[in-house]
Amino acid sequence: MTATDQIAGPGASQAAATTAEPMIRLEELTKSYRGQKKPAVDRVTMDMPRGEIIVLVGPSGCGKTTTMELINRLIEPTSGRIHLDGEDVTTADPDTLRRRIGYVIQQIGLFPHFTVGENIATVPKLLGWDKARIGNRVDELLDLVGLDPAVFAKRYPKELSGGQRQRIGVARALAADPPVMLMDEPFGAIDPITRERLQNEFLRLQQQVKKTIVFVTHDIDEAIKLGDRIAILGEQSRIAQYDTPANILSNPASTYVEDFIGSGASLKRLNLSLVGDVALDTGAATARIDGTAAEARDTLESSGRSALLLLDGQGRPQRWVDARDLDRADGDLRRAGEPVSALVDTGATLSYALNEMLTSNAGVALVVDGSGAFQGLLDFETVMVTTRSIQRDSSDFYRAAKAVTD
Amino acid sequence: MDFYKHLNDNAEYLFSDAVDHVMVVAISIGIALVLGCALGVLAHRSPRVRPMILAVTSTMLTIPSLALFAIFIPLLGLGTPPAVTALVLYALLPIVRNTVVGLGTVDQNVLRAARGMGMGPWRRFARIELPLAWPVVLTGVRVSTQVVVGIAAIAALVNGPGLGNEIFRGLRSLGSPFALNFVLGGTLAIVVVALLFDTVFILLRRLTTARGIR
Repeated sequence: MTATDQIAGPGASQAAATTAEPMIRLEELTKSYRGQKKPAVDRVTMDMPRGEIIVLVGPSGCGKTTTMELINRLIEPTSGRIHLDGEDVTTADPDTLRRRIGYVIQQIGLFPHFTVGENIATVPKLLGWDKARIGNRVDELLDLVGLDPAVFAKRYPKELSGGQRQRIGVARALAADPPVMLMDEPFGAIDPITRERLQNEFLRLQQQVKKTIVFVTHDIDEAIKLGDRIAILGEQSRIAQYDTPANILSNPASTYVEDFIGSGASLKRLNLSLVGDVALDTGAATARIDGTAAEARDTLESSGRSALLLLDGQGRPQRWVDARDLDRADGDLRRAGEPVSALVDTGATLSYALNEMLTSNAGVALVVDGSGAFQGLLDFETVMVTTRSIQRDSSDFYRAAKAVTD
Repeated sequence: MDFYKHLNDNAEYLFSDAVDHVMVVAISIGIALVLGCALGVLAHRSPRVRPMILAVTSTMLTIPSLALFAIFIPLLGLGTPPAVTALVLYALLPIVRNTVVGLGTVDQNVLRAARGMGMGPWRRFARIELPLAWPVVLTGVRVSTQVVVGIAAIAALVNGPGLGNEIFRGLRSLGSPFALNFVLGGTLAIVVVALLFDTVFILLRRLTTARGIR
């Protein structure tokens, strides 16, 4: 009971997160099935740091789900050790162990005859929490996943949409505040638009709860998007590479990893860099939109640029003008030239910025800060240089460049 | 009308026989439910014994009821014990089969989730598997009851209780003016008992099925 009390206490996991010891340590973990020559999981050794999302990714049948289920011992290992939070749990009571580990599967597996509230209360009830505490926790979790407790607590799973069920599945896994969560392709069976939204929500949620999450997927893009660390698994769950997404994309350890990432590695890498992280072109010619055309022309001529950006009083980009536009402006700049497009926030990814640039006809993105004030320009050249600097293999760079233009 | 007068005159006997009939059916179904569920769970869990259990229970249904009642006389004598034993055997197949089907339709992912959250095997069975399989199991019990209400009439042959006694009284006195009335009265009462049981099952189904799966 003391162990479960400890993890259930608020802030317990955060306090422990300061120590360097990994939350999960797998040592030479092996699973062989009778009648099969080769083990399904062969001597996997891994450290999973606290508070991180560790993604196990690999082709179908590589044993990634098996590896995950060895951790909560839904599958008993043939040999090897499992350490959870410094404690050897290889032979611990499996039911007690599982109550300390949140578990989410692709099909969710909500209990159809339980209400949403009762579903979420499952593990707290097993742990013997009192009614009031369970009730509070259910409301808190529904709020956390963005569903109104007054509306949803009494509903049954069949009355929910796919996305809502997924959220309840996550809330149920979080119920007893376990330090570790196992998630087996939780967004696999959801339409792409909802999946994207749930992934973003999931990342926001993780910012708040800071769990150690083992996430299984076969989708490398999902792995790159969600993972703090990615383990690319080959057959028999052998680790081909275990590293941060950036390192895996820029320095694939083998041709297997390279093949698995696919040809768009550079493009994928753009998902990891933020606009604010690259050197922007800050030398753009700018003028106030409430100024005169003459002033604007002087600025444009002295800058040596072909076009000038008009900003409003708060420094927000308004219109692009060139010399001929200024000639025709008749003093009022508010209707001169063309309205700006391709505005991107400093917090946006390079991939997003590139997309905006391609869809706007300016060929350049206007980078603004949180309040919309102009920060600088981002052009194709800068994106390409960034891509090149993170990509050793130049052939990949050209492949990526080709992909951009079509 | 003659038959109406017969019912009036024999209301007391008919009623007490009907109560006996209900009792013997209820007891048999109760035993068959416990036994059938146990066998059903066993058959569901172990694919190796499943065909055996299903074969044996379905063979029971093919034995002529007259013979099945008589078989137990040397062992159990006359009266209620052989009647209940035979009725239990008849009731088993629908219950066993529906238990197997019901448990088979429970979503494996729901059970996987339950296991992954640390629910032990007993709790999983009592809180998840059984409640989810229950509507199908109950349908099996309802079918068994309908079968058994009819067959219970034969129990009168081995001196068992119930409405069969009315029918056999009539059959024994064939040729007398009242013979047909006894047979009709008994049969009619059995139909009424069967309808009563069915009503009870409709209510039971509503009351014992969780709202989320109704």
